[in-house]
Amino acid sequence: MSAGEVLLWIIFPYVAIATFLVGHWWRYRTDQFGWTSGSTQLFERKILGWAGPAFHYGALAAVGGHVIGLMIPKSFTEAVGMSESTYRWFSAIAGAVAGAVCVVGFAGLVYRRATNARVRRTTSRTDLAVYFLLVVLIGLGCWMTFGHNLLTKSPYDYRDSVSAWWRSLFILQPDVDAVQDANTVYQVHAIVAWAFWALFPFSRLVHAWSIPLQYLGRPYVLYRRRYAASR
Amino acid sequence: MWTNRPGTEYVWFNNVETAPGQGYPRRWSDQERWRGGWELDRRGRLRLRAGGRVKKLLTIFSNPDLPSLDDFYEPWTYDYETLVTAPLSDRDPVARPHSQITGQPMDVQWGPNWDEGLAGGPEHAIADPHLADIQEQVRMTYEQAFLFFLPRICEHCLNPSCVASCPSGAMYKREEDGIVLVDQDRCRGWRFCVSGCPYKKVYFNHRTGKAEKCTLCYPRIEMGQPTICSETCVGRIRYLGLVLYDADRVEAAASVPDPQDLLGAQRSVFLDPEDPAVQAAARAEGIPGDWLDAARRSPVYDLAIRWGVALPLHPEFRTLPMVWYVPPLSPVVGTLEADGYEADPDDVFGAIDHLRIPLEYLANLLAAGDVEVVRGVLHRLACMRAHMRKREVLGEEDGSLAQHAGMTAAELERMYRLLAIANYEDRYVIPQAHAELGERLMQQQGTCGLDFAGGPGNCGAVEARPDTSSPVVPVEGEDFHLVDLLSREEHRGA
Repeated sequence: MSAGEVLLWIIFPYVAIATFLVGHWWRYRTDQFGWTSGSTQLFERKILGWAGPAFHYGALAAVGGHVIGLMIPKSFTEAVGMSESTYRWFSAIAGAVAGAVCVVGFAGLVYRRATNARVRRTTSRTDLAVYFLLVVLIGLGCWMTFGHNLLTKSPYDYRDSVSAWWRSLFILQPDVDAVQDANTVYQVHAIVAWAFWALFPFSRLVHAWSIPLQYLGRPYVLYRRRYAASR
Repeated sequence: MWTNRPGTEYVWFNNVETAPGQGYPRRWSDQERWRGGWELDRRGRLRLRAGGRVKKLLTIFSNPDLPSLDDFYEPWTYDYETLVTAPLSDRDPVARPHSQITGQPMDVQWGPNWDEGLAGGPEHAIADPHLADIQEQVRMTYEQAFLFFLPRICEHCLNPSCVASCPSGAMYKREEDGIVLVDQDRCRGWRFCVSGCPYKKVYFNHRTGKAEKCTLCYPRIEMGQPTICSETCVGRIRYLGLVLYDADRVEAAASVPDPQDLLGAQRSVFLDPEDPAVQAAARAEGIPGDWLDAARRSPVYDLAIRWGVALPLHPEFRTLPMVWYVPPLSPVVGTLEADGYEADPDDVFGAIDHLRIPLEYLANLLAAGDVEVVRGVLHRLACMRAHMRKREVLGEEDGSLAQHAGMTAAELERMYRLLAIANYEDRYVIPQAHAELGERLMQQQGTCGLDFAGGPGNCGAVEARPDTSSPVVPVEGEDFHLVDLLSREEHRGA
């Protein structure tokens, strides 16, 4: 195991995880006022009307796919009687649909941000970094889903390589062997993803944690006392 | 609170629009288009017009009912620099308009009060949604045109649909004084309050990504002072006072089937401050004595309930709005004599139907289309005017007009004093907030309780960070020390 491999497959992920956790703690403690979706719908609503939902729903589906692909080991799906072929076609087709919807939406959002002067002016440097990382991540993700899974005779088995390494990080026994010979596209995707997670708490991506599910079980009109402790 | 800050240049917490006209944002009152406020479902239960909780979460990535900037207007400023830096020339330099959104030069196509005073005439005014069902009678010819001004702030509704629309739970109604506010720390910029408010009085600050709205100047209200918009109103037409109401009856009142019954239903929610049972119940709830006294002297209770001459704006939105309007008496139109009516300054009753502002228009605005309600109010106001004219100009004491109005002469004259003399202390009856305990708590926030003059100090704690979601943020230098001050005085003396 070379120093470079230790850096890439052990140190970098843990630094990213630490940055992700501490960054969120810090941001949540100190910057409630800056915690927002940063919507630009006020400026442009036509493209956003289809691109916004397409990107978000596609991305949420892709996140779900990652949860299944990374967190559920092959031994589990085999134990419940799901064949490799069934799993492959499920992941390839669902992943391709999610990826395609996400790409269409994302392309719409990037086009909108680039061409609409009102929206463009709101773009911060952090936003640009997020957009760059998303372009790489979504691009590579779709390449993997279409090129190495859906449209190939010999699909790449990421569950024995990248997924095994990813899970090993969380039990503090990093399995570098599993990833160091993995497909290069998967490797780059994984490394860029760690950079993405490290940037996450400092960007407006944090609004993802604010999906207001509590709204479903709440009375409509809320009252507050001015001095909660005064009675 | 001013809205010339970056991100709110297009925002007017208080705007005055011309009626008839499109308003701000354009055609805001057309709920077929904007789907704000509440409606009744098939079983007669109250629901948000824009859809329920599940639909909101599913459309959170693009709110289908959100007005865009152009529905308000694109804010601009002028390139004033040119005026002083332009080189010597035969022609005067021109300061061009620049968008405050993009910074680019722009062609101004629409702006705040673009159609003020019927500017643009039929083209703009006829697009007023309130005219939809009375187009036939309204001619935009000079002889028959009418206009009046409609000042609008947040209604601080009893049944606020903006609060109900906020998925984050960042909006709330204050229990003590009913003021509706946005918690800036908890707002996540989902924008449903903007579309949920049928009056379009919650705005999106595009710089901070948070919703903002009229705060009814709560720091002033807490000190017993009127809001800035009331204080500075040169016409002295704004009144502030408190009314007691039963919060448990709000939902039932907002759910009455016929929209024209909403006015009566809302009035029935208010409690009579003279009623001993109400007073006893209020005291039991811990409402202070000076608040009960203020409720008895409330000009709002007088106008909206006791005399019934003030009406809520668009009661049919079912939010039970709390900014009430006294409909304007307007000049009698010139065509009256052609109708066989003889102008007699004292025959006010026949004239009500010939006022320049059509009753139907006022009814669409203030009474869910119920013309009789508006007619009744104008009748009462006309009686007051005629009664005072007889007394002051002709020197006659005539009790019959008061009888016509269904009031005593003394009450009619009291109404006249409140509306026409409009003394400061009659217009604003605002009891101070009872923050004694809360303020003590606030001063101790973040300290260990030992941080007082002569005490052991702040226990090494970092300086208390003001809670920005709190309505009361300690002002810098607020906790001055009398001892320091006195010792400084001594130095000066010596």
